[in-house]
Amino acid sequence: MKEKIINLPLTKKDVMGLHAGDVVLINGTIVTGRDKIHKFLFYERPSKKDIPFNLSGTVLYHCGPIVRKLDSSYKVIASGPTTSIRVETYEHRIISSYGIRGVMGKGGMCERTLEAMKKNGCVYFHTIGGAAAYLADRVKKVVDVWKLEEFGAPEAMWVMEVENFPAIVTMDAHGRSLHSDIAKISGSALKKLIWKTS
Amino acid sequence: MLKLRDGIVELYRKVATSLPPDVEDALKAARVSEKKGSNARHALEVILENIRIARETARPICQDTGVPVFYVKTPIGLSRIELEKTIIEATRIATEKVPLRPNAVDVITDKNTGDNTGIGFPIIYFRETPESTLSIDLMLKGSGCENVGQTYKLPKEELKADRDLDGVRKCVLDAIHRAQGRGCSPYTIGVGIGAAKDQVTRLAKEQLMRRLTDTNNIEVLFKLEKRLLKEINTLGIGPIGFGGKTTALGVKIGVNHRHPASYFVDISVCCWANRRGRLIW
Repeated sequence: MKEKIINLPLTKKDVMGLHAGDVVLINGTIVTGRDKIHKFLFYERPSKKDIPFNLSGTVLYHCGPIVRKLDSSYKVIASGPTTSIRVETYEHRIISSYGIRGVMGKGGMCERTLEAMKKNGCVYFHTIGGAAAYLADRVKKVVDVWKLEEFGAPEAMWVMEVENFPAIVTMDAHGRSLHSDIAKISGSALKKLIWKTS
Repeated sequence: MLKLRDGIVELYRKVATSLPPDVEDALKAARVSEKKGSNARHALEVILENIRIARETARPICQDTGVPVFYVKTPIGLSRIELEKTIIEATRIATEKVPLRPNAVDVITDKNTGDNTGIGFPIIYFRETPESTLSIDLMLKGSGCENVGQTYKLPKEELKADRDLDGVRKCVLDAIHRAQGRGCSPYTIGVGIGAAKDQVTRLAKEQLMRRLTDTNNIEVLFKLEKRLLKEINTLGIGPIGFGGKTTALGVKIGVNHRHPASYFVDISVCCWANRRGRLIW
């Protein structure tokens, strides 16, 4: 398996060069965001200058990590992905408003997000659900955190530097989704199993 | 109770940071059954490597330490009030010490309590037994897989599912197709059949405490479990939903008597990280 090396931030041109099925290793600064961050960005619509970091070209990782507070910093103990479909309602606007070039999580997303990815130049990186210790070892540093008090540790926006963070592109900016391919396969297998009399 | 409290903290650590051998063995067997170079095989390799790292570094396997569920079997005469207090105290300590991710969120204020305790959190079920020992089973049930669980009422026309075990079979297949890989396959699947909604959801989840290698002592259910496992693995969802042969590791079915008018089927799905353990006291 030959991995493509991704260095953040990504440009639209970089994104167009990625295709569903590509295995990648991500390097650079990413941000986490899950249910509360998405709801907040969607309804409150903070302007880019109200967000303490630049989200343009970065990867928004659906993850609620376990983080330990050290004297003057934080250490990530476990940081696997959370299920992305829960933020399907919000993601399209987050992509178009904040210039995110990658959404990372598990389980994939649906039509509205795929459309927004195609329109704005963004991809979905699927990482391995539950592989939290393995993935935490690829987080080199916690750079910053936002909304920690208000949303709590799992739901805060953590800014992290990652090195060789492994993922597979499962939805690309060309409109292809491996998730809908697999769902079609299992859907037709299901039909056979259900209509087969026992 | 202090010693028991520390024992429960250790139970938390063991369950959060290591998998039962039957689950790890099933994952290893799945790895060799997937095609070399496939995404499915890659996913299982990362999963197995993650299990090793977590065990060796005593870190949680998954960042979602889930909703802790306790199944406590008490000998006659032991105070449940004291036991409940001890479990809650152990939960607070384990959250800090292991560490576990704090997951208890107040529904009214939306604030995280920070220590995994709250109203009905953790979940504790008691049952009195004639045995002289206290037995505490703990399951850490991740929420990604909890969210893909389903409850069905039979009959269900669109699935051609009647009020019989073949109808149950169709519900389970439908639920897994709907789940795709979103709950972190390969799954362990608990099924509960019976008269009332609250009863079947509990029964289904309780099945997840069974070893993958055990056999259902009801012959018909044993056969259905085997058949379902085989059929689910033809759906092509595969590990993590990447496609492949291993969508499930096991199917476990439990039954209660039902009411003539009701036929509830609950399907409780557990991610590959089927974290369970027992403390005997």
